[in-house]
Amino acid sequence: MANKALDGVRVVAFEIALAGPMTTAMLASYGAEVIKVESRTRIDLMRLAGPFIGAERISNEGSVCYLNPNPGKLDLSLDLKHPRAKEVIERLVKWADVVAENFAGGVLTKLGLGYEELRRIKPDIIMLSSSIYGQTGPFAQVPGYGALLTALTGLPHLTGFPDQLPQAPGFAITDFIAPRISVLAIVAALEYRRRTGKGQFIDASQVETIVPLLTPVLLEYEVNDRETSRIGNRSTRAAPHGVYRCKGNDRWCAITVFTDEEWQQFCQVIGSPAWTENPEFSTLLSRVRNAEKLDALVEEWTINHTPEEVMKLMQDAGIAAAVVQCGQDLDTDPQLKHQHYFHKLDHPGLGGFSYTGIPAQLSKTPYEVERAPFLGEHTEYICTKVLGFSDEEFVQLMVDKVLE
Amino acid sequence: MPDTIHGPYRVLDLTDEKGLYCGQLLGSLGADVIKIEKPGGDPARNIGPFYHDIPDPEKSLYWFAFNTNKRGITLNIETKDGREILKRLIKTSDIVVESFPPGYMDRLGLGYSELEKINPKVIMTSITPFGQTGPYKDYKASDLTCWAMGGLLFQTGEPEQPPVHTSHIQLAYLLGSIDAAWATVVALYWRGTSGEGQQVDVSIEQSVTKTSYMLHDFWESTGVENVRASTFYRVAKSDVRLTLIWPAKDGHVAFLIFGGHWGATHDNPPMVRWMDEEGMADDYIRQLDWANLNWIRMPLEEVEKIHSYFGKFFKSKTKAELHQGALNRRLLIQPVCTLTDILEHPQLKARDYWQQLEHPELGATISYPGRSCLPSEAPCKLWRCAPLIGEHNKEIYQGELGLSTEDLITLKQAGTI
Repeated sequence: MANKALDGVRVVAFEIALAGPMTTAMLASYGAEVIKVESRTRIDLMRLAGPFIGAERISNEGSVCYLNPNPGKLDLSLDLKHPRAKEVIERLVKWADVVAENFAGGVLTKLGLGYEELRRIKPDIIMLSSSIYGQTGPFAQVPGYGALLTALTGLPHLTGFPDQLPQAPGFAITDFIAPRISVLAIVAALEYRRRTGKGQFIDASQVETIVPLLTPVLLEYEVNDRETSRIGNRSTRAAPHGVYRCKGNDRWCAITVFTDEEWQQFCQVIGSPAWTENPEFSTLLSRVRNAEKLDALVEEWTINHTPEEVMKLMQDAGIAAAVVQCGQDLDTDPQLKHQHYFHKLDHPGLGGFSYTGIPAQLSKTPYEVERAPFLGEHTEYICTKVLGFSDEEFVQLMVDKVLE
Repeated sequence: MPDTIHGPYRVLDLTDEKGLYCGQLLGSLGADVIKIEKPGGDPARNIGPFYHDIPDPEKSLYWFAFNTNKRGITLNIETKDGREILKRLIKTSDIVVESFPPGYMDRLGLGYSELEKINPKVIMTSITPFGQTGPYKDYKASDLTCWAMGGLLFQTGEPEQPPVHTSHIQLAYLLGSIDAAWATVVALYWRGTSGEGQQVDVSIEQSVTKTSYMLHDFWESTGVENVRASTFYRVAKSDVRLTLIWPAKDGHVAFLIFGGHWGATHDNPPMVRWMDEEGMADDYIRQLDWANLNWIRMPLEEVEKIHSYFGKFFKSKTKAELHQGALNRRLLIQPVCTLTDILEHPQLKARDYWQQLEHPELGATISYPGRSCLPSEAPCKLWRCAPLIGEHNKEIYQGELGLSTEDLITLKQAGTI
């Protein structure tokens, strides 16, 4: 078996929903041993969300919302509110290099699991708390969920057509961006600990993760006093620059033409109709100025072709064009297939599910995807083989309902 | 120099707009990042907006935004001297980040197999639209086409209108850069374990796919496409659309009317009481049985009727009034933040989020978002503003590599620096 980059790294995850689980799943793909702490009375709600593999919900397993962000973890079912849960947690923390959590503000501290407590158990522990607003400040305790958080980040303000509603890009997009910064921070902290012996606490605010992406327009507001807003798919640097309707139901192709050379090629691909000779479109400046008219004319051509045809014809001529891929398109995408990006794995008794891969591949220590765990699947293994409880102690913890 | 997380490491940044943010992130943790530009300046300097609307390569706010934390030198790596100088720099570097088309660095004799000979510990991170291999590796791309390929475009916009991406900021490229940054640090960790460097291959298409949540999952498990719904929430197995983005008096707010137990025990009763206080409720909405409200079984006209009470109410108030009222009543109403709202946000101010950077050449101080996370032991911050063209040529070529003034003149005349 090939080495993995994070072999030997041990992570305990107190996590729910998406942002927390996505973080530790990426660590697991690169070899970290991740123990996800769940509780039957407080299970990860994504387990109930659906849709489900095998179509219908038959248990707490099989929701794709849960499977997607949880591959490769070990699952421990522990009643965190039980007075004796501490005995298990102390051993977990002693075992761990990293504790990652995304419970709502302060919940972990109330359970006696704040950074100060963890540090007393293990002085060089690295702890990351992921939240919407961060651990301090007047909004630290304000609750929320992905869709609202997206509105807060300013991304919808920049997404959509002018004078129309702002659009929240993707679905709960912050839950998919923030985890990557959390991984960066955790692994950087591991590296720092190796060098200095020091652990630390990382306060990961999702808003603070996203706002730097808006820096160009925030600077523009400050220095040019201009509230930049959404401009659809247009660009001030290219025309055509848009998403064009193609043959079929809800089928589209994105095309972007930056240089005069690309424009010449583009005209040839669409058969050099007379309008392409019009001075309104002869230079980049004129094309940008007349983008609306140009887009309508481009669509008169694309509407007669499938998006796949448009992409092929344009790419053969050296022009950036791409099918607006739907779920099925992703499934058959030859590039993603070549890279084995989707990992279809079997869930005993439920069926198959394709896990999304990792967008960054390491040449000598490639990542690997293993299926997400069932609730409490590894409770016995973790207690007896990892944490060193005797069989008798384990049984007693079960009988006392500390473990579930 | 205070202790920093990545203090001991040096990064050579050869990227264009696709990868600029990677080096900046590594630099925010303290790495010494050297941005290597073509003589005359990187093409990304031509991307607007511009300081005081003056289109000038030294005034691009896009450049400022994603090149803080870097020193800058100019070097033409297509010349032989340029390559020799780069190789000397690679000897003292830990990480090389590049975003050229696949094969370009190999053709210059600067592929990973060559770099490894110069410095076996070096990590080479490549950011490209489709990755280093595969049938689409040479396909042309832009930020918009990366959105399209990765599925995020299909998921964004109104279902009756064309899919639409986020304007101005090249989000797909930023996602690729973020993935490059964390994966590079993972490779750095492995280097600490094993002593060996390696290649990191980032595909922006994959970075986008990783962000288009549930698109493939949803299709695979249901056979139905998860069509874009960016201003409303589609209730499963029904035609019901719950509005997410609502017009307010002066902008927009985000709010969902939850049905069932959640709605009955959280937002709905206090929302109706608030409407009532303002004289905007009637018996119908006051007497609605939220606990037993099930959107799926309700006629669409009634769904709309309920929405109309909320719509009228939101429309009658400013974002600020709605937000403050929501905080007082513990309701989940979130203004759709404009740039002003973000810059003025009390939480970001309270957490000292904004950082002032001095731009001596402009005689100005500009406020930047200061960090992407908050580690307790060593800062994640902005250490310096973006470099001017060739700003650190002397410092690095003379101070570090020991080239003479005559050497620099020769190299300048040859178009190497």
